[in-house]
Amino acid sequence: MELILAIFIGLLYASGVYLILRRSIVKVILGVFVLSNATNLIIFLSGGIKRSGAGFIPAGAEKVDPATISDPLPQALILTAIVIGLGIAAYILALKYRYFEITETHDLDQLSKTDQK
Amino acid sequence: MIKYLPLLIGILFLSGLMVSLIYPFLKKKLGWVLSLVPLAVFILLFTVLGDLKPKSLQILPSGFELLEKISFTFRIDGLSLVFGLLISGIGFLIVLYATWYMKKYERQGHFFTYFMLFMAAMTGLVFSDNIMVLFIFWELTSVTSFLLIGFNHQLEKSRQAALQSLLITGFGGLCLLFAAILMGQIAGTYQLSEMISQNIDFVNNPRYLLIFILVLIAVLTKSAQFPFHFWLPGAMEAPTPVSAYLHSATMVNAGVFLLLRMHPLLGDTLEWKYSLILSGVITMFIGAFFSMGQKDLKRILAFTTISALGTMVLLIGIGTPLSMEATLVFFIVHGLYKGGLFMVAGIIDKSTGTRDITVLSKLWKHLPVTTIFAILALISMAGLPPMLGFVGKELVYVAKIQLPGLSWIILPLGVGANIMMVAISLTLFFEVFNPWSKKPDVSIQHKEKDFPWYFLLGPGVLALAGLLLGLAPEILNTLIANALYVTKNELVDVNLLLWHGFNEVLMLSIFAIALGVTVFILRKPVTKFICSIINWLDNFHLPTFFMTVMNFYLKNAAKNTQRIQHGYHRFYLMTFFITTLVIISFQINWYLGDLVPFNGFTPINTNIVILVIVASLAIIFAVFSKSRLSAILAMGVVGYAIGLIYLLYGAIDLTITQLLAETVIMLLFVMVIYYLPKFALLSSRKSRARDIIISLSVGFFITIVVLHANTVNFYEPVSNFYAENSVIKAHGRNIVNVILVDFRALDTFGEITVLTLAAVGVFSLFRFTVKKEKNNINK
Repeated sequence: MELILAIFIGLLYASGVYLILRRSIVKVILGVFVLSNATNLIIFLSGGIKRSGAGFIPAGAEKVDPATISDPLPQALILTAIVIGLGIAAYILALKYRYFEITETHDLDQLSKTDQK
Repeated sequence: MIKYLPLLIGILFLSGLMVSLIYPFLKKKLGWVLSLVPLAVFILLFTVLGDLKPKSLQILPSGFELLEKISFTFRIDGLSLVFGLLISGIGFLIVLYATWYMKKYERQGHFFTYFMLFMAAMTGLVFSDNIMVLFIFWELTSVTSFLLIGFNHQLEKSRQAALQSLLITGFGGLCLLFAAILMGQIAGTYQLSEMISQNIDFVNNPRYLLIFILVLIAVLTKSAQFPFHFWLPGAMEAPTPVSAYLHSATMVNAGVFLLLRMHPLLGDTLEWKYSLILSGVITMFIGAFFSMGQKDLKRILAFTTISALGTMVLLIGIGTPLSMEATLVFFIVHGLYKGGLFMVAGIIDKSTGTRDITVLSKLWKHLPVTTIFAILALISMAGLPPMLGFVGKELVYVAKIQLPGLSWIILPLGVGANIMMVAISLTLFFEVFNPWSKKPDVSIQHKEKDFPWYFLLGPGVLALAGLLLGLAPEILNTLIANALYVTKNELVDVNLLLWHGFNEVLMLSIFAIALGVTVFILRKPVTKFICSIINWLDNFHLPTFFMTVMNFYLKNAAKNTQRIQHGYHRFYLMTFFITTLVIISFQINWYLGDLVPFNGFTPINTNIVILVIVASLAIIFAVFSKSRLSAILAMGVVGYAIGLIYLLYGAIDLTITQLLAETVIMLLFVMVIYYLPKFALLSSRKSRARDIIISLSVGFFITIVVLHANTVNFYEPVSNFYAENSVIKAHGRNIVNVILVDFRALDTFGEITVLTLAAVGVFSLFRFTVKKEKNNINK
């Protein structure tokens, strides 16, 4: 299973890298989303996928045997990352919207100078 | 008393830094207050003068150590006294002079800041006992003089001159640093006093030649010696008080000082003698020669300074006790008359508004007192009795005829330089001051009585000091003898006299004066001749050549920067990816058997495999789709699939968040998409193929790295702690949530901050408008 997921992550990375190497800025933004998803998966995989119980402590019990639940720490990290990714997505889209309105181009190559053309 | 010297140097620095703070309170009195500091230094040094024995050397540790072995230790000996007295004395006079001179300038506060810092650096330079500290002060003088020369920074010329002097002297400074390091390595100490007391043998060290060349470059650049002399005439773009100070006691004389300091350690070798004599003699002659061809008063003086510096370097090169004595006397002579003459030039400039000697005339009538001071200084420059200049010049002659081997070149050029000095002094007097001149009157803007007394104090005190010391040169005997002991390491009896009786030196003097007068009488053809030489030399104009070299360098730098900082986003990324790949491929463990986890792979879960296949197809579709909307939908599919994968591994919170976030992102995208352009095929087939190769190899490496990462597990995971303490310590049953809001609450706080910032960013982006009209015009 690890092998399949690793190859999947590799594929996601390949797509993400291909997308951010495009000149069209919409594709670059898509690429950033793909890469952030792929990176979350790496963190998830690094926590180990041997156990798959939900990270709950049943009512009445004081603790749970760590061996029965999936690792909660990477989950917490990824949860944070997803939310931050959402923030970045919103910001980057707003930025893109404004910048297209002002420059009227979506070709990154035409933005190689900081001065307005 | 003397132990307060480091404190005073500190106060000099502080007073410079404080100027901007105290300026609003003092306004016009600023110069008066500031002048007290150099005056205090001068008085302090003067009190030491009486009780300093030739061999005594006072080391004053300031207690401040920059690094190990590099401590701010100051030494008081004969040599630093000679220089320190001149620096502080002339500094005091010039601060007073500048108070009036700079009255109408804006940014007066800046001027005094730079000036005081410069003075402090120069004082520190002559008193420092540690060669690293000496280097620091040396560089400080370069930096502060850059600021002073470029003070009128609105003028292109002034900026260029400042930059030129900084680049040249800064280059010399770097050489000095290397020399200091080498010397420190050989000696094991950076203290000059220890080097001398331990008798470190630099001269026979295999690195001697390197050290000597480095020191030589430092001296030649700082002291404006041929072929680096050209920055000094340019430096007269500075306000006149600065020129007066740079030329008389500081900056250019720092090179001479360094030679005198290094003489006991590095001096008296064949290399030392020949290189210094050669460069000194050339500089001495061309400085004097070209001064005749100039019209600007300050420019004339600048060239005579070059000549004087050449003389001093030459004398140090000769290196006999007598020539050292001549150097020191000549340094004092030159400081007194050159400081005075520059200040006179400033007075003339203020009074008439011009410095062109062909326009100036009959100033005796309008500026009688100034004229008297100027005449005294000119007599000293020409080397005539009864001024100290005569004493100095006689000594210089004695020293010059001492060296039988090289006197055939030194003597003619030396006499030649002196002839020009006599001629230029006479010319200046007759063109500028002569009341019987036939030239038309120059328009006078300020009469002498308009000037306050302290504006004339500087040239007056210096001229009278020159006269007094000329009449009674024996006052200087002990001072010079003490300084000589430091430079030569032997006691020499110094007996300065104005009148030596008739001897061959006096004959030489008379001969030079006679020829000088002749040159003066024939000054029109001579000037014409020199001007034609200067015109011809302009083909090899050194400042222009220097600028060409600099421009070439800058252009190349710009070209290379263009190559690296090209501004194309995707090439930056490509560079990054390829570099990372290459580095990883060297580091990675290529044995694939190691990729299997310790307990083997987990069994294959069919549900997940189906999800992975769907997501893979969706991502491939998204990458190559030509429609924006379908690409975004396909992305959504990928996101949802990943969310479901989380679910199948029991990460319920992740699934919820992932689905929510993915939905919001898709909604945002769809909202914005109709304002965005359609996908266009911007790249060529070839570049797409190249990108596919790059991205596939990145994907491949990531796969390998992920598998490797999966096989290592160094420590017991901390997660167990959370599983055990979630209820007991934090009273929550959802472990992931407890981690987020309790155990790692600060991280979540950071996350909220990021979201807030993003929200503020989005909000302000929509509020922010760029003026459309401007944009349209630019098109």
